[in-house]
Amino acid sequence: MSDFQLNIPSKQSILSKQWWQVLIAIVVFVYLLVPLCALYVPEGSFFHLSAYSLTLFGKIMCYALAALALDLVWGYCGILSLGHSLFFALGGYIMGMYLMRSIGTEGVYHSELPDFMVFLDWKKLPWFWEGTNHFAWVLFLILVLPGLFAFIFGFFAFRSRIKGVYLSIITQALTYASMLLFFRNETGFGGNNGFTDFKRILGFSITNPNTRVVLFLFSFTALVLGFIACRRIVQSKLGRVTMAIRDAENRVMFSGYDPLGYKLFIWTFSAFLCGIAGALYVPQVGIINPGEMSPGNSIELAIWVAVGGRATLIGPIIGAFFVNGTKTIFTALAPEYWLFILGGLFVLVTLFIPNGVVGLIKDYFYKKKQK
Amino acid sequence: MNLPNLIPKKSQLSESRTGSKGSFGHFLEKGKIDLSHGEMLYIEDLEVSFDGFKAIRGLNLDIRVGELRCIIGPNGAGKTTMMDVITGKTGPRNADVKGRVFLGQTIDLLKLNEPQIAQIGIGRKFQKPTVFENLKVWENFELARKTDKSWYLSLNASLDESAKDLIAQTIQKVGLEEQAFEDAGLLSHGQKQRLEIGMLLMQQPELLLLDEPAAGMTDEETMQLADLLNSLRGTCSIIVVEHDMEFVAALSGNDGIVTVLAEGSVLSEGTMQQIKNDPKVIESYLGR
Repeated sequence: MSDFQLNIPSKQSILSKQWWQVLIAIVVFVYLLVPLCALYVPEGSFFHLSAYSLTLFGKIMCYALAALALDLVWGYCGILSLGHSLFFALGGYIMGMYLMRSIGTEGVYHSELPDFMVFLDWKKLPWFWEGTNHFAWVLFLILVLPGLFAFIFGFFAFRSRIKGVYLSIITQALTYASMLLFFRNETGFGGNNGFTDFKRILGFSITNPNTRVVLFLFSFTALVLGFIACRRIVQSKLGRVTMAIRDAENRVMFSGYDPLGYKLFIWTFSAFLCGIAGALYVPQVGIINPGEMSPGNSIELAIWVAVGGRATLIGPIIGAFFVNGTKTIFTALAPEYWLFILGGLFVLVTLFIPNGVVGLIKDYFYKKKQK
Repeated sequence: MNLPNLIPKKSQLSESRTGSKGSFGHFLEKGKIDLSHGEMLYIEDLEVSFDGFKAIRGLNLDIRVGELRCIIGPNGAGKTTMMDVITGKTGPRNADVKGRVFLGQTIDLLKLNEPQIAQIGIGRKFQKPTVFENLKVWENFELARKTDKSWYLSLNASLDESAKDLIAQTIQKVGLEEQAFEDAGLLSHGQKQRLEIGMLLMQQPELLLLDEPAAGMTDEETMQLADLLNSLRGTCSIIVVEHDMEFVAALSGNDGIVTVLAEGSVLSEGTMQQIKNDPKVIESYLGR
């Protein structure tokens, strides 16, 4: 008998004990301080959180969730999707339908129909608007439709073994085609104006500070839960097979795994997260239009992931905050240079820190440990 | 060494969920290859062409249960194409394939895809070592282990004690104890070769295909590999494609059969001594 013992875990934990403590501390901190600073600290005080900052951070939370979703497919499965802004926009549009219906007769034309339909001289709601005045139905659609759409697309793409840059181009084309479709007035989603002028969500005024705080906390919670779910996936055997598919798909197949199911699961789950991010985004920014699906948005999403660090999960969140924070500053100071800065950032990151900010930090600690 | 563990248990054999058609569906349910005639692999009149180019023309090959067969041949003889056909990488789906390729008596390999073929028990090693570079060495073994490989089970999969033991034993068998917790990408070329062979052992294959397994190995490592493969005699059938004649001699011994391929079909077959003296072989391969 062999005397060689190998101390390997039966299962790998989602997070180490220290990281759980850090995460819980962050959650408690945000849950206590954000409502306090936004609602109870008087305006003008240094600690006051203005409606503007609250919305800004809430918005970036949604971006971070979308970046997290992209990291799952790109970082861990090697699928660079340029179609994630489509899933994001789908979630947003579904939420937008509900918000449009909640305006009721307070619109410009005082009609039961959304303003743009009155403007187009439509007499009744298109069939797919049925039931969108019920929040439960809309919630169901948000949770199901983006994922279902991704599943159908993914099934055919992965079954045909389309990968790499071809897949990126197809996802980009799909998003672009959808954008053109949504631009049309006849499609029934408000054409190029999209949806805006929202008044209420679940009966609460959408501009009320309390509502804003709740929406922010929902976005934050979705981000935290999304992060834990993604960690759960990548720490499981499914996650390791996914990484193996990214690194050596042939070896995975010759080991007896059919990559189709693995890719579809990761892809669909990612689209599901992205849909939720979009749905939380729309009530906070107050508008959704086809521009949300423009190619630039998908690419920007990829930049957040690359800057933060692929295949790290925490990286995309940091990347989303870092890039959007810089964007906020620079679009205020020198708006005409922002795109150059963004492009330059991407080039610099690709050249000098291919593993992103988190990769840089990891390397630093790794080298320190070696010494 | 605990050899009984290396022989697949019935409960570990994967079952088919692939909805395959035909007689092999019956086989997959039973999880057993019909070896009643002592025949592991049977290739008859195989012809493979890509866009009119004939890579294999009229290949016939018989591999017996437990046999270790060496195949040699010059570049372009169709060795890799043959392996691609056996493992499902090349098939009616992406090439013009005629003939019969059967595993045991009942399984038509031309009707299955790569994962299905791997699941019934054919393992393949590439010429260039292919391992999961960003996973730890032991995780490479974990993924290769013979078990149900459906995605929905893998989300909750955990390793039981016997699986951990098997991983530890196989790591020891290929001599990677020191590197067990390192990233596979950090291994040397020879270590990666051994890792890949270890992964194949974890698959507990019935038939093992090795494409130039000794490429890039030191002399010492090559001889260790020959010993390892010799120790597997009897547990599975092995096909080795190789250029290194010393290695082939070490593997086939005095009575092992060596097949010489040339231009897509079998040129000669016999013991090392017989083929060395075959004028056809001397002319097309050894003599050059």
